[in-house]
Amino acid sequence: MEGMMTQELGLLLPEIFLAASAVLGLLIGSYLPRRRQWLIHVLAALACLAGLASTVLDWLEPSTAVFEGSYSVDIATNATRAVVLVSVLFVLGLTADVRSHKRETEFVVLLLLSALGTVILAGTNDLLLLGAAYLLASVPLYALAAFAKDSPGTEAGLKFYLLGALLGVTMLFGIMLLTGLSGGTDYPTLADGIPDAPTAAAAVGVIAVIASLLFKAGAVPAQFWVPDVTQGARPPVGAIVTTIPKIGAAVALYRLVAAPLGLASLDWPLLFAVLAAATMTLGNLAAFFQSDVRRLLAYSTISQIGYLLMAVAAAGRSTLALPSLLLYLAAYAVTNLGAFAVVCALPGARTLTDYSGLRRHQPWLALGLTICLLGLVGTPPTGVFAGKLTVFTAAFDAGFVWLVVLAAVNTAASVFYYLRWIAPAMRSNPTTIEHAEPRAATTAYLAAPASVAVGILAGPILAVFQGNILIS
Amino acid sequence: MLSIIVFLPVAVAAGLLALPRLGDNAVRWTWIAASAVELVLVLGVWVGYDPAAPGYAYEVNRRWIPSVSSGYHLGVDGLSLPLVALTAVLFLACAIYSLRQTQRIRSFAALFLFLETVCLGLFVSLDLILFFVFFDLSIVGMYFVIAGWGHKGAARAALKFFLYTFVGSLALLLGFIGLYLSAEPHTFDIAQLAEQNPLAGQGVAGTLVLLALVVGLAIKTPTVPFHTWLPPAHTEAPAAGSAILAGVLLKLGTYGFVRIAMPLLPDTWRRYAWVIVIVGVLSVLYGALVALAQRDFKRMIAYTSVNHMGYIILAIGAAGLIATSNEQAHDLAVAGAVTQMVSHGLITGALFLLAGVLYERGHTYDMGSYGGLAASAPRFAGLTAIAAFASLGLPGFSGFIAEFQIFTGSLGATPVATALAFLGILISAALFLRAYQRIFLGPPRAAGGTTDLTAPETISIAPLMVLAVVLGLFPRFLLDVIEPAARTLGDLVSR
Repeated sequence: MEGMMTQELGLLLPEIFLAASAVLGLLIGSYLPRRRQWLIHVLAALACLAGLASTVLDWLEPSTAVFEGSYSVDIATNATRAVVLVSVLFVLGLTADVRSHKRETEFVVLLLLSALGTVILAGTNDLLLLGAAYLLASVPLYALAAFAKDSPGTEAGLKFYLLGALLGVTMLFGIMLLTGLSGGTDYPTLADGIPDAPTAAAAVGVIAVIASLLFKAGAVPAQFWVPDVTQGARPPVGAIVTTIPKIGAAVALYRLVAAPLGLASLDWPLLFAVLAAATMTLGNLAAFFQSDVRRLLAYSTISQIGYLLMAVAAAGRSTLALPSLLLYLAAYAVTNLGAFAVVCALPGARTLTDYSGLRRHQPWLALGLTICLLGLVGTPPTGVFAGKLTVFTAAFDAGFVWLVVLAAVNTAASVFYYLRWIAPAMRSNPTTIEHAEPRAATTAYLAAPASVAVGILAGPILAVFQGNILIS
Repeated sequence: MLSIIVFLPVAVAAGLLALPRLGDNAVRWTWIAASAVELVLVLGVWVGYDPAAPGYAYEVNRRWIPSVSSGYHLGVDGLSLPLVALTAVLFLACAIYSLRQTQRIRSFAALFLFLETVCLGLFVSLDLILFFVFFDLSIVGMYFVIAGWGHKGAARAALKFFLYTFVGSLALLLGFIGLYLSAEPHTFDIAQLAEQNPLAGQGVAGTLVLLALVVGLAIKTPTVPFHTWLPPAHTEAPAAGSAILAGVLLKLGTYGFVRIAMPLLPDTWRRYAWVIVIVGVLSVLYGALVALAQRDFKRMIAYTSVNHMGYIILAIGAAGLIATSNEQAHDLAVAGAVTQMVSHGLITGALFLLAGVLYERGHTYDMGSYGGLAASAPRFAGLTAIAAFASLGLPGFSGFIAEFQIFTGSLGATPVATALAFLGILISAALFLRAYQRIFLGPPRAAGGTTDLTAPETISIAPLMVLAVVLGLFPRFLLDVIEPAARTLGDLVSR
């Protein structure tokens, strides 16, 4: 028994590294002088690298469910770990904003904890663990949103917290209801119990759980916090909240649809198709005439989640659904962080007009921004293009042709607002921008080529992501 | 070999960007040298190409995204080789023409080299995803050319161009996904799809996929009613940009028809060929009539492009109608369509470069502001006269060979439509003669400058006209390459 426990813990090394570095970081950070707090960054980066290494090792093992089947170490979990850990590494490159800040350590620790929460969210096969992961992924972010203690940040944090608390309670209610109906919280029990339960009651329970995950993903109908938090909080925090929690939430939704809801009498895939359609359309329409770059990016991330939900809708109906979801997540995370890296590198530029003439003084930064934004459009050969291609194919295969057509129309429409940003940046008129924050700029220079590389290497990446999720 | 041809320009472009200390003159000559090397390589491919051999030459087939059976599959045949050669010629002409370009020459050269890679890549792609990648990148590249180096209204025109053609490319993508899913086993490989003919006998699915493909390609071509992005894009683009846009980028659309729409959906194509014929005739007549009404020289040439593309569409539509009944006429029409692609590229490329010269001298495209330029600029007048006559399809020029084949091939299939399209030639003759008269003949007017063509201008434009004449007098070397491929296409379409 004890040997098995150790073995199971061995499979959870990435999570353990994250948790341990968060605790250790907090302890060490309290004793470090302010100018030495950068050591905590190094600690976090080392934890991520170690986590990545052990993820690769886990990948070679067959899929296993640990802790009596409540947590799966399978392709989806491993991919989430890899994407989240790489994202955290990128985010650590954006934190010049908090350098030598008196709460610098706290920033890093909160980032690590929310990353841990999102990984567990993606891996869990049990509603109770899902609830715990939801809280772990959310609570640190509330604090991060208000990190600057300025009024926009506080407002953002409060909005974020209120909506999150509301949906957290809703989720607990849903968990309670589903447990009562099916007699258990683990997904296999739910899969057995839900089809026999009264349809209306089961539907209410499932919707309550889904709603909270949609909140984490920033999808309709729980997307209201995304623009306010992204614009109100500091730019690195905006990068975090629009990238990291979405990864875990999207995979958690996929797991939910693929397993316990697979046999349910209601047409859940159709619900997700409608949600995907609403999310991408609303995100796009709202982004059209934004003048603040962070608000624009916020709405753009909402529309991206819409495309991601297409893969969730195709869960179980197309063999391409899971690989396409994971590929899209990886591509989206890198590309979105690249765009945010440019925003973080130019803290003075807040509106689209501020970017006018960027090419003149920062030609490489302008190029990086162009690559990332065209990537978000889905221009080949970037990663998001490969993601879109496979997600569209999966949804087409699953019979949602109307959704694919709508997604194509939305993609075309999205060109408009991304170009509203690219066009002034590529002009060479006089500009107020001269200085760029070097560390964030370096991150942008890394993220932009990485976003293209994901597309060009889509073949091997998809081959690695090929497979099924494991339900204990 | 093909990989080198495709990626050499973009490698040079990366080099130009990575070496910021290189002087402007060095950049210009590197650009010209790279384009010249490309042309030599393409000529090498042409010499080594055996038209009689079946299948594709210089084939490369590597795994790329095996999960969706998309490969890095390149190859040339008689349909693509002439267009590859045209691309290399036109890009070299633009490089030479841009010797006097002063504004941000480094980025300009890099962008054109990038576009050269994209266009060549598209013509040699034998995989739908690869095709789509290059198709979309051509939009991005041209957007930056128009937005960055265009005239006053360039920002708007570039945005319209991007949005419009991007919608087209997404329609195309939907069609590609439809083809992929209907094939068993699923594949994006053009050669395999052509062999499988996956949508044979599946009425509605075939119709929808063809609709998506035709809309996507028709926007790019462009045909009526999807042509509205073209005039502003051309008018606002810099001269070299217009030449590439008209000369090469429009061919991406028409090439898509003969490479993808016809062979992959043969029975659906035959069923709806009459629609294509109607669209073609409408483009011919509408393009010619609207061109007749223009006062702006560049806009007029833009509309004649719609007219010329119309002949191609008419030919491939007619080819669909008679694919099963009259093989010979089918092959003639398709060969005419491909010849027209090459011929239009040369002639219209030259015309747009000449329009650039005109703007350089008088800073306007308005034909009313010019007059009597022939007296002060005889070489300019002479070359424009040749280009105008070539464009209206006078015998002795490549346009005549192309249009003669198109009309002969189509007449049997659709006599009425062909007769109507014939009117297009009359109208374009009228409009070119009138434009020429206004600008070059009569008493000299204020606007026109007095300087004749400079050496780079002559060296870039004259060879295009020489080629048009050579093709007009000795077309065999081109037709020998095209005709076997047209026959192969005929076999595929008549299935």
